[in-house]
Amino acid sequence: MFATFGYGVLLLTFLMALYSIGASLFGYFRKDQKWVESARLSMLLTFPMLSLVSASLIYLLVTGNFNVKFVYEVTNRAMPLYLKITSWWGGQAGSLLFWSWLMSAFATAVTFRKWARDREFLPWVVIVCSVTMVFFMGLSIFFENPFETFWQTMDGQIVPALFRPTNAIPFTAPDGQGLNPLLRHPGMIIHPPMLYLGFVSFVIPFAFAIAALATGRTDDRWIRITRRWALWAWLFLSLGLVLGGRWAYDVLGWGGYWGWDPVEIAAFMPWLSGTAFLHSVMIQEKRGLLKHWSMILIILTYCLVIFGTFLTRSGVLSSVHAFAQSAIGPSFFTFIFVTFVISVALLLWRWADLKSENQMTSMLSREALFLLNNLLFISILVICFWGVIFPLISELATGQKVTVGPPFYERATGPLFATLVLLMGIAPLSAWGHSTIKTLGKAVWKPLVAATLAMAGVVTYFLLNRSIINDYFPYALIGFFVVIFSAFVTLYEFWRAANARAHAQNENIFLALWRLAGRNRRRYGGYTIHLGVVLMAIGIIGIEMFQTSTQRTMKIGESMEIAGYTIRYDSLAQFEHTDGRWVTRAEVSVFRDGKFLGTLAPRYDLYPDGQPMTIPGVRSTVVDDLYVLLVNWEGVNAQVAPFKVYHNPLVNWLWFGAIIFIFGTLVAAWPDKDPESVAVSARKPRETVPAGITD
Amino acid sequence: MKKNIFALVLTFLLAGLWAGSALAQGKTPTDDDVNAVASQLFCPVCENTPLDVCPTAACKQWRELIRLKLSEGWSETQIKEYFVAQYGARVLAEPPRQGFSWLVYIVPPILLAIGAYLVFTTLRSMRKPTPDVAQVSVGLETTVDDDDLRRVEEELKRLQ
Repeated sequence: MFATFGYGVLLLTFLMALYSIGASLFGYFRKDQKWVESARLSMLLTFPMLSLVSASLIYLLVTGNFNVKFVYEVTNRAMPLYLKITSWWGGQAGSLLFWSWLMSAFATAVTFRKWARDREFLPWVVIVCSVTMVFFMGLSIFFENPFETFWQTMDGQIVPALFRPTNAIPFTAPDGQGLNPLLRHPGMIIHPPMLYLGFVSFVIPFAFAIAALATGRTDDRWIRITRRWALWAWLFLSLGLVLGGRWAYDVLGWGGYWGWDPVEIAAFMPWLSGTAFLHSVMIQEKRGLLKHWSMILIILTYCLVIFGTFLTRSGVLSSVHAFAQSAIGPSFFTFIFVTFVISVALLLWRWADLKSENQMTSMLSREALFLLNNLLFISILVICFWGVIFPLISELATGQKVTVGPPFYERATGPLFATLVLLMGIAPLSAWGHSTIKTLGKAVWKPLVAATLAMAGVVTYFLLNRSIINDYFPYALIGFFVVIFSAFVTLYEFWRAANARAHAQNENIFLALWRLAGRNRRRYGGYTIHLGVVLMAIGIIGIEMFQTSTQRTMKIGESMEIAGYTIRYDSLAQFEHTDGRWVTRAEVSVFRDGKFLGTLAPRYDLYPDGQPMTIPGVRSTVVDDLYVLLVNWEGVNAQVAPFKVYHNPLVNWLWFGAIIFIFGTLVAAWPDKDPESVAVSARKPRETVPAGITD
Repeated sequence: MKKNIFALVLTFLLAGLWAGSALAQGKTPTDDDVNAVASQLFCPVCENTPLDVCPTAACKQWRELIRLKLSEGWSETQIKEYFVAQYGARVLAEPPRQGFSWLVYIVPPILLAIGAYLVFTTLRSMRKPTPDVAQVSVGLETTVDDDDLRRVEEELKRLQ
């Protein structure tokens, strides 16, 4: 009954969203506000209605109604309640409904209050949000219906169908298959919603961009309205990526956090274009430049959001045949193609209206460096996109399947990332409008000298520890220099501004910093993000360039060594967990220079469906991680067990940097008391300020 | 007696040959030796999983095959070529630098160069005022008369 009810309400919501599109278009072209208002109200109703649909599905999941195919696929009786609820987004059908529900929540949030202020944009915001919802609800209704039920036909076959096939009787499975064990990790429970929140929130700036193009209001009003939406979208997407990385590190058992897998890249690409967009709109706001470019970036981000949603769930891009056989693949690509063509057509139509209000007057100005930053982000995006689709192109053109793996991406993007971090250091020191080598040099020299001195320390450390020097050493040195320089610039910027305020206002320097950041959250939030990136980069250099590993099969009491650590195999236990998985757990002792450091317990779990999961035993410090795996795939018994040990230097800087990064984004994105007053103050003539003090 | 001496010499010769062969082949490959090669190959069955960390039974067999080949004295390149011949180019971590696959390496630098050129020309063109703008500014200058100027100055004084 709940399945039928859920499906019925979903169908009704789909029709209402269709009505919103029609009414909004009609109202816009007839210049009749009543129709637009009707469309808005109809769109507002989608949220409570999709909440009802979602509640129906959650009820079916929680009560274990194995007559419903989706419930059967993602839950079983042994699963705890929280996992039954979160399995809503554990499978494709549920996650598509989850997407629609989130979209309806955001559409409601953007049009529920203060919509009168944005009256001219409203019809098109309603249209874009509703079209996106119609697409996703359409996928749920026609291709991936989470309410499909099982039926037993006359010849005994079990078939999933929405409506009863002729002479069939309902069939309920005794138990479900259960959620994929890999998806039961806390990181994987939060990771998809974060990613989806990021994806969905980017629809809002896109909707306003399309509204700006359609209505001809092509000044930076749409950017001012949606700036924080874009920042929140970016925050969620960043959180999703970081959580995904941590999940991979904790659960996948290969000693890393990022494997350049197409699914990972699919989530990374909108982040790249979104980051370029966040920088580009700053140029537009400050200098009235690059209006076309900001539009292109948000259109690109929207298309990549849809592409990313498709790839993260389906994974069908790995093969031409898988794509052709996929029910939703062609729909996704048609939707992306159509929205892209319409968006670009609108952009071309308004091309002349989007002329720059100012001119770039210096190759070293902040806006010129931001433009270079955009070039780098888009270059990385192009490499990622090309790497993801090349196997498909190769298969289509030559019939030959190829893999585009980590070496390709690392080699191609490494120098670009390094340049980005360097630029991150230089750009805050240049001024908007005009900078020369002399002014920039004057601002740069102090952090540069500090970085050079610090590098002398780094080089000395390596010379004293020659055993860790490897083939990557020269690249690592360049990386460390870039990172240290950027860190000093950022800290110098904090100190310079706080010191100036502390003297002017006679305040304690920490209080001055606090108040300064409070007065200009966007700037200091941005600098905090830069600091987070720098710390993350230290971790990435550490693990990517200095990771070592070794594997050995040991008898109880035997030891193996890596990077100065000794790992001794002590014992092995095998037992059945209450949730049905078979656990094999080893205990190893870790020593350094003969000193006992602790015990680690790597294990692997074998689930009833045969799915294995390798959980490492990890000893984490600020210097390194000792990551011990019980290599289940090589055969384990009580006496002999194979272990693979990774030594991951500096990796925790990555996670710590990510926390700083997220904190900085929160600071920058936190809502002001009255957004309008910000817009008004931003329109006031700016005072002349020295380079590096502007944001 | 002669027969015995001949047998002894033959035994020594064979032993020498075996020892030489064993020396050429090197020591028994360790897990690390196997992983060094396996990490450069991708599982032909699972998507995007390097062979050294793939838990499937098939990959275990392939790792054993690598161990066998290493013990037979095969080089890393020979083993990779063997796997490509058996399972196709998809077992390599990146496409081979030949034929159509060159595109994967060539296209990004070309696009990057085009992008850099576009950014450079955009910056250059933006630095020079266009003739239209110059004309407009000249036109504006000629239309401002003394009364206007006086009025603007008065406004400015009032603001100060």
